[in-house]
Amino acid sequence: MVKYKKQIRIALRNCGFINPENVDEYIVREGYAALGNALTNMTPEEVIDVIKNSGLRGRGGGGFPTGLKWELTRKVDADQKYVVCNADEGDPGAFMDRSILEGDPHTVLEAMAINGYCTGASKGLIYIRAEYPLAIKRLKIAIDQAREYGLLGEDIFGTNFSFDVELRYGAGAFVCGEETALIHSMEGLRGEPTVKPPFPSESGYKGMPTNVNNVETYANIPVILLKGADWFSSIGTEKSKGTKVFALAGKVNNVGLIEVPMGTTLREVIFDIGGGIKDGKKFKAVQTGGPSGGCLTENHLDISIDYDNLIASGSMMGSGGMIVMDEDDCMVSMAKFYLDFTVEESCGKCSPCRIGNKRLYEMLDTITQGKGTLEDLSKLRNLANVVKDTSLCGLGQTSPNPVLSTMDNFLDEYMAHVKDGKCPSGQCKALMSYIINADACVGCTLCARVCPVDAISGEKKMAHLIDDDACIKCGACMDKCKFGAIFIQ
Amino acid sequence: MTKHLKDYNMADIKLPENKIQELKDVCASFNHDSGDLIHVLHAAQNIFGYLPAEVQELVANELNVSVAHVYGVVTFYSFFSMIPKGKHPISVCMGTACYVRGAEKVLDEFKRLLSVKVGETTPDGSFSVSCLRCVGACGLAPVVTVGEKVYGRVSPEDVKGIIAEYK
Repeated sequence: MVKYKKQIRIALRNCGFINPENVDEYIVREGYAALGNALTNMTPEEVIDVIKNSGLRGRGGGGFPTGLKWELTRKVDADQKYVVCNADEGDPGAFMDRSILEGDPHTVLEAMAINGYCTGASKGLIYIRAEYPLAIKRLKIAIDQAREYGLLGEDIFGTNFSFDVELRYGAGAFVCGEETALIHSMEGLRGEPTVKPPFPSESGYKGMPTNVNNVETYANIPVILLKGADWFSSIGTEKSKGTKVFALAGKVNNVGLIEVPMGTTLREVIFDIGGGIKDGKKFKAVQTGGPSGGCLTENHLDISIDYDNLIASGSMMGSGGMIVMDEDDCMVSMAKFYLDFTVEESCGKCSPCRIGNKRLYEMLDTITQGKGTLEDLSKLRNLANVVKDTSLCGLGQTSPNPVLSTMDNFLDEYMAHVKDGKCPSGQCKALMSYIINADACVGCTLCARVCPVDAISGEKKMAHLIDDDACIKCGACMDKCKFGAIFIQ
Repeated sequence: MTKHLKDYNMADIKLPENKIQELKDVCASFNHDSGDLIHVLHAAQNIFGYLPAEVQELVANELNVSVAHVYGVVTFYSFFSMIPKGKHPISVCMGTACYVRGAEKVLDEFKRLLSVKVGETTPDGSFSVSCLRCVGACGLAPVVTVGEKVYGRVSPEDVKGIIAEYK
């Protein structure tokens, strides 16, 4: 099937194939072989060279070269260094990290130990969302089993290398996915980001050099060491190597996790693997990169997916959420939805993000109420650019992307809201009315009975009428009408 | 001067003695290290169900940090609540995938049937309604959780039945 043919599983190689609560099953599939080989046959520099040559870039969204990050942490002199795994998967619509942690926890532990060997750290910390109880349970089991087998702890594989891993829990703050905020949260503080430099590789957890990588990045490491940098770099595009896991969701027929080589086109992902749009509707947009990303259109379907192409198109890779939207989705509402998220999740430390996003949200709200003006549109774009340019951390620097990308690609929808007072997708409640077609209505009274606010009046067997002022636009009447007599205008 | 818990008369303390001891034991298990504040607060919320001012004061005292510091952390993270949740906490996922597949209508139906707003608890204390940011079950969108139980592909018509299960 095409659905499977186009996929290559590297990060997800073991998910669903092994019992994640049994270390033996991981070991049978070459688990911990990369760590053993690195510790006994390779110097830390050699391992870092392999990672560098593989071209692996951070899968959390930033796309920073992983080998380079490791080297930077290695070069700093310190008594104690830390290896951190960022498992604070906060992007709504992304769940690849959860799947890896639940399906293959040992691969993360193995990669963290390899990282510890390379950077000179003896302690690993996994910062994981409290919303993922099963992943936490499986990680705890995995850590215990690895300790029992001597794969974590003192003198691993009979060498003098010691490494252990502990869990740290998040508490529901999206901004903690940003590495400096994450480190503060691990220290028991409010998860507010700080200006970089200093980068965590110089001064991170407890002021010590800290290497932070994302779950999916780690899941690639053992395979790269086993199969070699050349093998890995043969997959993908010139600047983005290997595969990427995407969480395909929204209005497509096949939802779920997919892993495809970098360079696959959006069309292949949505139509070949995703099986096209649900209920035979028309494709409208695909949102990548979560609240930091943008909405791409029909015109972008044939670009090949990699870090740089997505940024050039006004979106970004992000952690790999991919939400497909059809003709019924209103792009202004979509931008408003993301801004609502950002306003809620902004930590409030810097004013562009704290105040700017709130104002952006209010402007979008005005537009979806049909009260926006053309001037609002230019103000919206202006402010979005200011927030983007002046915010302290990645959250604020990318939060206007959903606004800017929808304005670039769907300006006609904004214009329809502002100039005609209409929502072309019929999603903005304030801009639509439910109307009863008097010719089709037989006066069965069903609609009047289901209306929660008694906005429908009419005698039995006579055409009914909806009082638009009282109507809350819940749509219950339309759902219930057996004669198709109710429509939206 | 900060009024510490030890300065209170026993009559001032509304918390049950056995739970206070349980929380103190938790703090001791973390060596009273303020770096583990978030872990301690998770445990405290498990013990008491929420984090009222008295609990925060107790934690501050045990970890030797100011109450303001604890309050700052509690109010920063959405997982911590200073209001008691209902016996059956209902959370509607408002992640993008759920939103696109109609989570808002599901949420509206819960609000309507229980006559509460988001973040509120019914007067009899049995249900509370809140929004969640993605539980990572986007394939099942829209998703609702009641306590530990997850409901997938929920439609507004299912809401009545879900509530009835807990009545």
